[in-house]
Amino acid sequence: MSTARLPRVSLVGRSIAVPGNDIDTDRIIPARYLKRVSFSGLGEHAFADDRGQLRDAGRLHPFDDPTRSNATILLVNRNFGCGSSREHAPQALMRWNDGLTTIIGESFADIFFGNCVSLGIPCVAVAPADMERLMAVSKSAPDLAITVDLERMQVRAGSVEVAAQMPDGARQQMLTGRWDATGELLAGLPEAQATAARLPYLGWACGGNGSS
Amino acid sequence: MGRNLYDKVFDVHTVRRLSSGHYQLFMGLQLIHEVTSSQAFAMLRERGLDVRRPDRTFATCDHIIPTTSQLRPFGDPLAEQMIAELERNCREHGIRYFSPVEGEHGVVHVVGPEQGLTQPGMMICCGDSHTSTHGAFGAIAFGIGTSQVRDVLATQTLAMARLKVRRIVIDGKLGTGVYAKDVALFLIARLGVNGGVGFAYEYAGEVFDRMSMDERMTVCNMSIEGGARCGYVNPDTTTYHYLRGRVYAPADADWDRAVQYWESVRSDSDASYDDVVRFSAAEIEPVVTWGITPAQSLPVGGTLPSAASFPERDRELVEEAYRYTGFRAGEPIKGQKVDVAFIGSCTNGRFSDFEVVAKLLRSASYRVADHVRALIVPGSNAVRRELVDAGYDDVFLNSGFEFREAGCSMCLAMNPDKLQGREICASSSNRNFKGRQGSPVGRTLLMSPVMVAAAAIRGEVADAREVFSIGPDQAMESQP
Ligand code: SF4
Repeated sequence: MSTARLPRVSLVGRSIAVPGNDIDTDRIIPARYLKRVSFSGLGEHAFADDRGQLRDAGRLHPFDDPTRSNATILLVNRNFGCGSSREHAPQALMRWNDGLTTIIGESFADIFFGNCVSLGIPCVAVAPADMERLMAVSKSAPDLAITVDLERMQVRAGSVEVAAQMPDGARQQMLTGRWDATGELLAGLPEAQATAARLPYLGWACGGNGSS
Repeated sequence: MGRNLYDKVFDVHTVRRLSSGHYQLFMGLQLIHEVTSSQAFAMLRERGLDVRRPDRTFATCDHIIPTTSQLRPFGDPLAEQMIAELERNCREHGIRYFSPVEGEHGVVHVVGPEQGLTQPGMMICCGDSHTSTHGAFGAIAFGIGTSQVRDVLATQTLAMARLKVRRIVIDGKLGTGVYAKDVALFLIARLGVNGGVGFAYEYAGEVFDRMSMDERMTVCNMSIEGGARCGYVNPDTTTYHYLRGRVYAPADADWDRAVQYWESVRSDSDASYDDVVRFSAAEIEPVVTWGITPAQSLPVGGTLPSAASFPERDRELVEEAYRYTGFRAGEPIKGQKVDVAFIGSCTNGRFSDFEVVAKLLRSASYRVADHVRALIVPGSNAVRRELVDAGYDDVFLNSGFEFREAGCSMCLAMNPDKLQGREICASSSNRNFKGRQGSPVGRTLLMSPVMVAAAAIRGEVADAREVFSIGPDQAMESQP
């Protein structure tokens, strides 16, 4: 089985910023939208409660801002995606309107980051001061295309050019199009067999019936 | 230099290095539940793959199951559909399912340990971030997303980077009325909600040595709220004593072999760590959260902090929290009115969590305040049965609590148990995020089960040590 996809080398698109630290996955997609057996249709519910509250207050959430409706690059602050491991969060983001393809933030929660990698969504980190600049540019120029260059590990937005970070393993997966790990894991099954055989605990007898 | 438990367990489960630089790791155990598995099974079907090790995969249902009546079909057709889908997948692939029909179900992180499935030296994963709970046994256990659930179903392996390890030592003895939950919230407040990103936490020192397994699970459970994907306590006789005789625990001649392996994975006394932090138990008080992240907390006797008292970078979040909660800086947290009290969840839904409360309630016929809706939701049906056998259900009912069926319930409100409007809930769960308990504007104050009970009785946030006259001479034994 081939699981290599089109590599993610340089991602270009309009931006949308959702400022705030520690934005958790309950906010990205509230739990009630998890009551479904597929991921389809999740996109429209991204940030549902935050959007509803701002609407009630007569304000506009970025995800409801018509000038951002075709954005593909999300700008966030620190510890984005903390909380629940629900993959529904990145699934909702990649299904919102045209689909968000890339996230630029100051830092990301571990599980969220891993989920994004599995889906081919690069999450790159930039310094807080640089994020401030990027958000400022994004705010003043909604139509400006931002480039996330994974080869040179740079984010470019007009005249602003900042360095970006991404752990090398994940970056390699993006650059080679091999973020969908299943194929490579399957290829390692013979070795996995050997590892399993080495584990002392798989064969232990227990009081119960181990395999229903 | 010796090695720590994380490194030993990681190495023994390493299959190989992948082209990305990540490691392919063998999973000794995968636990699944209804919310994050159906899409994974669908992806498996799409690719024509089978479940590789159904014998190392165990399922239960917890997130959306109602806690009033668990008779089928459920009132909520979506809940019914999701659980029916899980049941179908388990049947189709020969996966052992702890079902409500047999009364074996409960929150996945309560069921795994009580069945004896969770054991030291294992690598354990589950499509749920609180899988860190299982680290209490000296396992390396972490939450994964649905695509990874698919990978583990298909290969029983996972691609992962190696984490760094931070040893957290707490010396001394906890004060009376201070519980494992307070330790967890204290650590998050000190180390931050993202302090653990990239780390596994090793909990060590006298405080953890003295803890029961239930208490260790409470602390490991909330590792993720501190940003650490997994947290563990080295296994010891407390661990072995808990495991002995459980359904899936090693038996007969294998028991001794098991203990030998478990002893071998303990961190060496000269093990190296990427970081070590040290605290004293004397610093820890009963804690209450007041904001929208688990780090926004204070000792129950404290006053709500002003935004200006925080570093510049945190102020916006503090202001946002105040806007959301409606609390005001300078007010005491004590005396804030509560509408709902919830004791349950994978953090504090085990037998000893309820027993300690029941004993206090019984000691002086306390009653829940008239305006408070108070819920006891056992973490599993086995816990529920044990509580009934001990007569604690009557204690709760007579005190004005509802005594529900097992499930996640108001921890995340995917079932009918939800806050209404701007209700404030004193909760023994683990997350106080905006909207977490089912109302987009509902408010959650996290605290220990005993503190929740105190709030339920007073109808407002209260110091349980005062409410229940918990003096230093009544040293509380929380473990049966
Ligand atoms: S009790 Fe709460 S935190 Fe635990 S698994 Fe259920 S929903 Fe998640």
